Amino acid sequence: MEKKWEEMTSDEKQEALFQMWLSPEGIEFASPEAEKLYKERATRIKDAIQLKKKPDRVPVMLIPSFAPAYYSGLTPHDVMYNYDKIAPAWKKFSLDFQPDTHGGAFVPSPGKFLEILDFKLYKWPGHGVSNETTYQCIEGEYMKADEYDLLIHNPLYFFYYIWPSRIFGALEPLQALPPLAGLTEIYGVSVTFIPYGTPPVKAAYQALMEAGDEALKWIQVAGGFEHEMPALGFPPHQGGATKAPFDVIGDTLRGTTGIMLDMYRQPDKLLQAMEAITPMMIQMGVGSAKQNRCPLIFMPLHKGADGFLSDEQFKKFYWPSLRNVIMGLVDEGVVPFVWAEGGYNSRLEVIRDLPKGKTAWLFDLTDMAEAKKALDGIACVGGNMPMDLLTVGTTQNAIDHTKRLIDVCGKGGGYIMANGAFFDEVKWENLKAIVDTVKEYGVYK
Amino acid sequence: MAEDLVNTLADLKEKEALKIVEDRLSAGDEPLKILDDARRAVEIVGKRFADSEYFIPDLVYSGEILKEITDMVKPKLTKAAEVKRVGKVIIGTVAGDIHDIGKDIVVFMLDVNGFEVYDLGVDVPAQKFVDKIKESGAPIVGLSGFLALAFDSMKETIEVMKAAGLRDKVKVMIGGGQMSDEIRKYTGADAYGKDAMAGVTLAKKWAGA
Repeated sequence: MEKKWEEMTSDEKQEALFQMWLSPEGIEFASPEAEKLYKERATRIKDAIQLKKKPDRVPVMLIPSFAPAYYSGLTPHDVMYNYDKIAPAWKKFSLDFQPDTHGGAFVPSPGKFLEILDFKLYKWPGHGVSNETTYQCIEGEYMKADEYDLLIHNPLYFFYYIWPSRIFGALEPLQALPPLAGLTEIYGVSVTFIPYGTPPVKAAYQALMEAGDEALKWIQVAGGFEHEMPALGFPPHQGGATKAPFDVIGDTLRGTTGIMLDMYRQPDKLLQAMEAITPMMIQMGVGSAKQNRCPLIFMPLHKGADGFLSDEQFKKFYWPSLRNVIMGLVDEGVVPFVWAEGGYNSRLEVIRDLPKGKTAWLFDLTDMAEAKKALDGIACVGGNMPMDLLTVGTTQNAIDHTKRLIDVCGKGGGYIMANGAFFDEVKWENLKAIVDTVKEYGVYK
Repeated sequence: MAEDLVNTLADLKEKEALKIVEDRLSAGDEPLKILDDARRAVEIVGKRFADSEYFIPDLVYSGEILKEITDMVKPKLTKAAEVKRVGKVIIGTVAGDIHDIGKDIVVFMLDVNGFEVYDLGVDVPAQKFVDKIKESGAPIVGLSGFLALAFDSMKETIEVMKAAGLRDKVKVMIGGGQMSDEIRKYTGADAYGKDAMAGVTLAKKWAGA
């Protein structure tokens, strides 16, 4: 009889999640070849990650930003406002380049949805940046320096009411809503709900419902793509995403400057806050992996890169809570698919402190020979397809670099070829050459 | 006492540094001298950064302390600070890109190292750089960018400078996350700096400072 989930070891959970991924539920493969391709590809990646055996060849992944839109001659604005243009462009990209996986079509957030809620956190095409430009985050202090106690002691209240009221103009009235802890007796229940009867709060909820309608329209398109690609033989490389607690607070709560000052001025509060949000970050990853039946959970790392923190700061502020999130995912069988942006050369010795075959690390500007050496036998490494090669290098440069990476990192398995930073418009012939080179040169004999 | 402020600020001891400033102000010390000491301290911070002893948070923190000191000293200033400037630099994040953290750090470090900096902000159209070069006569231009799309914006900005007949009158440096020597060649810039202090070093070299 099958073991219940809670009785399984983390190894068994990982295997179970991989099996769900290898045999996707509700997918009717387009052809026997598509099914064969899907299984070969998923198995290749599973082998590279688990480090138990060498895959048949080096897997190759592409992790684009708006590249599929540009490749189809569309602007970011086109795909953010015409949802029916998303899937065809993203599909064409996968079919033409033939990487081993697909990464979903969630990059183009629905523009109308953002308009309805008056999203303040980013500028997007037509709203602060041109139609041809990708969306970009606006740095700011969306959480004030003196609000750590609120985040630490009442994170749900913070994320449900305070946070949305700051990042969405239409939801500003939500900040007037009280916590719902007063609902435990009949006495006072109605008092709690008085603000819900006021016109500003009603308008905010109206906006939320309209935004929900718009999000539904969008997901009907993007969600369809999620079914179509596996049917064509491309397993998804992302069951969802989560983040390092330091980045959650530093990226869009306190902002880069804010969190850097907090390390000096209120280090204990910062540490407590990261601890407080750690379970949410774990739950976010585990929940998505199980729901989407894909063990890989994307974790983009931002502020832990070389130079952004001293070694001491990295070890004190960044790594412990990140490691807790990683281990929380690993315990539930999830594979953190860590996307280490910037350089990680000075961090390699620290991040080695992980169990074998449970994580994958994709690097951007890190010295790959050093990364392979440091993580050999511990974690699958990948990435480092440099942006300059993709955008301005010659095709021969791109091929040479790919071969060099395979020589250096491919040895013995545990390596995935992938880009190291999100890309938009690149030299398509270079991208194609990289994928093709991996398929020829990256075969394990 | 001057060295006290220089050292405490260079060591990023915020409270102590502010206390020294307060004491010196109430003792009737010359406000301009205090500001000059603070600037010297941040220059040391920059050197420590260049030596990999300090990192970005240290730069940011020193900037914040310097701001606090300036705010304390300013009301006491009887005449405008006359800083001997070693050169002029125009800087901005190129068209299409709105990232400013890296650029702001470069602006700050150039400023404390004696440069007069014209910060054009983010998403700066090529023509705006050209207009500023003409207006200010600055011989150094810094182009900042974080996104890959900045490669093309930088290239275009430099081409527009060329078309305006200004290319041989200015030295152009580029900087930002994904910059490299390959990208420098592509854009037609004279140099690329891997971090803020590299930018300062380039500017000093070009200004003969």
